[in-house]
Amino acid sequence: MLSPEEWSIVALSLKVGGVAVLATLPLAFALAWALARYRFPGRVLLDGLVHLPLVLPPVVTGWLLLLAFGPLGPIGRWLECWFGVSVMFRWTGAALAAAIMALPLMVRAMRLSIEAIDRRFEGAARTLGASRWHAFWTISLPLAFPGVLAALVLGFARSIGEFGATITFVSNIPGETRTLPLAIYSALQIPGAEAMVTRLALFSVALSLGALILSEWLVRRTHAERQRHGD
Amino acid sequence: MPKDSGMAIDIDVEKRRGERIIAARFTAGPGLTALFGPSGVGKTSLLAMVAGLLRPDRGHIRIGTRTLFGDGIDLPPEARRIGYVFQDGRLFPHRRVRANLLYGHQLAAPADRWMGLDEAAAFLGIGHLLDRWPRSLSGGEAQRVAIGRALLAGPEILLMDEPLSSLDAARRGDIMAVIERIRDELKLPILYVSHDRAEVDRLATEVIALDG
Repeated sequence: MLSPEEWSIVALSLKVGGVAVLATLPLAFALAWALARYRFPGRVLLDGLVHLPLVLPPVVTGWLLLLAFGPLGPIGRWLECWFGVSVMFRWTGAALAAAIMALPLMVRAMRLSIEAIDRRFEGAARTLGASRWHAFWTISLPLAFPGVLAALVLGFARSIGEFGATITFVSNIPGETRTLPLAIYSALQIPGAEAMVTRLALFSVALSLGALILSEWLVRRTHAERQRHGD
Repeated sequence: MPKDSGMAIDIDVEKRRGERIIAARFTAGPGLTALFGPSGVGKTSLLAMVAGLLRPDRGHIRIGTRTLFGDGIDLPPEARRIGYVFQDGRLFPHRRVRANLLYGHQLAAPADRWMGLDEAAAFLGIGHLLDRWPRSLSGGEAQRVAIGRALLAGPEILLMDEPLSSLDAARRGDIMAVIERIRDELKLPILYVSHDRAEVDRLATEVIALDG
């Protein structure tokens, strides 16, 4: 199996991916909701910006993050000044890069499930005494829930696979920013580390496949439960 | 039983939808008031305006002494105390029958409720369905649950939008009997939309003919 060093790489990847998707979830949902439900000025531009990381070369995304969050960048300077923190060369920076790259996939998955909600259910809830807000929490959100789960798992799988933006933005520092793909890349540079490459690569495949199967199972289970006859 | 069953309905609204103008003006007393007319004259839109789901361009909607719309008032749907039974039942697919029935009941102020779950289940004969999911119900069962859900929210008036249209002949008879009991035993005013003459003849206390 994996060596202690390899396990720590896996643990770091899970931490980076998990934090990336969980921190992005509220923003991604809000974006998906706004794009699915509202027509507003700048909607096309917003849609484009959200999808940009999907089509930009990841190295360009990483460089833009470097400009924004670097010590002289507008956001980086602000973080340093007010909170005394920096994401440069830190695992938090790796999570940020992963989050930006996962965002378009998460927004797309959630937007589809929001668009699939029959809005007449919300009207029915309102006539039964639910405020807009209550109808959102009790009707719209639960109906969109399978899509939210799918988005989480999809985003997580994308996050732990992130390479280009991460290595550009926060470099390849063992124990800090060296996630699975970066570790595999590094091991490929070392003569005689083929066994490590194989183990990490197999682990990556297992993790990604597991995530996809999990999301499929979660979505199916939600549907099956509703279809089962209750008596 | 609803508190005041002698409630008058006073409606005068106008709404432009695309090229069409939906307009209606009538007053109605207690009992079942049928809005009768061919498809496409805006009967459903009219109910949606009474429920607060569609905003009239002008006019007023009054139930008893309460103004729901007009004179600068536009109550949101949740404040109108309207029970709406939709053509397709529209039960929440992610909630069991019991949770569907209790949805509005739990949101209503205790003083506004006039029927409990057990009473509603007995009244509609749906006690054996409480743990089922909406998907597993027949059309007639779903429509009973939809009626129960509306009644349990403690409405002052019931809006029914062709509640029989998706049912076969035998079920139609069943549900019509239920509607008659709501009209006669519960004495709840009902605004009933239909394009079926026989239905209207059997159920209506008063008929308002709508034409385009």
